[in-house]
Amino acid sequence: MALTDPHTSRIDLKLVAEMVTPGSRVLDVGCGDGQLLALLAETRNVDARGIELSREGVAGCVARGLSVIQGDADTDLTEYPDDAFDYVILSQTIQATRNPRFVLEQMLRIGRRAIISFPNFGHWKMRSQVFFLGRMPVTESLPYAWWDTPNIHFCTIRDFVTLCDTIGAEKERAVALDAAGGRVGVSAPWWFWNLFGAQAVFLLKRG
Amino acid sequence: MSDFSASLADPLKEANEPTSAVARFGPDTPLAMDCGVSLDHWQIAYQTYGVLNEARSNAILVCHALTGDQHVASRNPITGKGGWWTAMVGPGKPVDTDRFFVICANVVGGCTGTTGPASTNPETGQPWGLGFPMVTIRDMVRAQRHLIDSLGIETLFCVAGGSMGGMQVLQWAASYPDRVFAALPLATAAKHSAQNIAFHEVGRQAVMADPDWRGGRYLEAGTRPSKGLSVARMGAHITYLSEPALHRKFGRKLQDREAPTFSFDADFQVESYLRYQGLSFVERFDANSYLYVTRAMDYFDLAADHDGVLAKAFAGTKTRFCVASFTSDWLFPTADSRAIVHALNAAGASVSFVELESDKGHDAFLLEEPNLFATTRGFLGAAARARGI
Repeated sequence: MALTDPHTSRIDLKLVAEMVTPGSRVLDVGCGDGQLLALLAETRNVDARGIELSREGVAGCVARGLSVIQGDADTDLTEYPDDAFDYVILSQTIQATRNPRFVLEQMLRIGRRAIISFPNFGHWKMRSQVFFLGRMPVTESLPYAWWDTPNIHFCTIRDFVTLCDTIGAEKERAVALDAAGGRVGVSAPWWFWNLFGAQAVFLLKRG
Repeated sequence: MSDFSASLADPLKEANEPTSAVARFGPDTPLAMDCGVSLDHWQIAYQTYGVLNEARSNAILVCHALTGDQHVASRNPITGKGGWWTAMVGPGKPVDTDRFFVICANVVGGCTGTTGPASTNPETGQPWGLGFPMVTIRDMVRAQRHLIDSLGIETLFCVAGGSMGGMQVLQWAASYPDRVFAALPLATAAKHSAQNIAFHEVGRQAVMADPDWRGGRYLEAGTRPSKGLSVARMGAHITYLSEPALHRKFGRKLQDREAPTFSFDADFQVESYLRYQGLSFVERFDANSYLYVTRAMDYFDLAADHDGVLAKAFAGTKTRFCVASFTSDWLFPTADSRAIVHALNAAGASVSFVELESDKGHDAFLLEEPNLFATTRGFLGAAARARGI
């Protein structure tokens, strides 16, 4: 979504795809042009579905033969029954939702597991732009100016962990990626991830 | 012009002996209708395009809308014009007849060769008229199923259609889920709205108010309620368009004159356009058929057959669905399509949905809409890969 660098984008998607068990049922919320869905269909043989807000995105996905519904993550997840999917994925989208907590709770209701990847607002580049320049940060992974961004709810890795604890979601796996797409030290403490992770990927299940 | 029209088929003859393929059924295959009547002698007229493959797995059934017919992609014998969906169906088109075997049948209650009120009642030797049993969408689909059986096709690769055709698509998927691999309902709804019933009632009352309608027995009397049917069509035609489309086409432009005549002549272009639409419709469509088929749409409420829960209509379905609506369609608005999609989600079905940008109103599904073509092509292509064809 917000990623412009195809290299960074691919690594993020690959990491998400690796977390998905082959042959499972997957719902990608905010699937954009269907890049992840196509990757999952090709490499993991999944029964993949998507929801996307933009008409162009959906039309493109359907034209590519993907099962995608035009809809809004903030309102339409309630239409799905409990345990409808093995995985519900929110890739680089949580910051664009109106009610991230509600969306996350819905994901854990309709999916046995949830995978969330998001840009870390606690990354040192973000912090330093605010701190030294006194301006809203604009980076490779978040290229929008404050006045035309679809992103309304930024969070840091630490914030996200707090939200998981609040709603009782269990963190099965967590990976932080640096700006180049490399993994941030696996055994590093949260504060280190929070500072040096440009983006994070979490695999959650109901607690 | 007169030479050309001389080669055109007689609409009255078409009702019994269509210039297309026709499957006739006798007492061993009666058509059991929802109203309780069973037809022992009935027929269904159809057209096919392309070739059925050896596995009989590439058949697409196209369902026509209210005033359509079986001539989806071939010259209409009554009007002499091309088929009603030639933009969509044909060699290399989104519904590719080089690849798929396309079937389109005239609906029960219609007037181009499938048994309906203009057909001859074998018991009386006279046209059925209002003696014809009331038709439902499910009856139409049941009749199509008999046709598909007789063609030796177990599972349809896809059932596709817009508007009333879309209703049939949904009914097919609900009635015979194992026999529909993919479903493409366009610009449609799982139930006919009160507003749409209201529009239909105005049309029917226009037909019945015409003195030439004669209580439905006009064919015996050698008359036709042309004025009433024409008015019904004019009213309906407005509902198929949108204000931007009408405005772009006609605005307030005058027809062949510089100033208004201060009379009730067709001063405005939009008036003469509607009059033309009404008149040309009368030539090809039977007034009683119009009453029956509009009624069938009015009665359609798929959820009502399943305790009012639409999702139950699709419980356990394996069919792959692709639903599409148009932004300017106020007759079958996007909310109707969303209701279908929500029910399919709740049933765990595989479903795609897109609201396509168009200012052409309900009729958009019949027109050159590149986004609709891309969606259809992509959906059918992916489904064909999954089906191994």
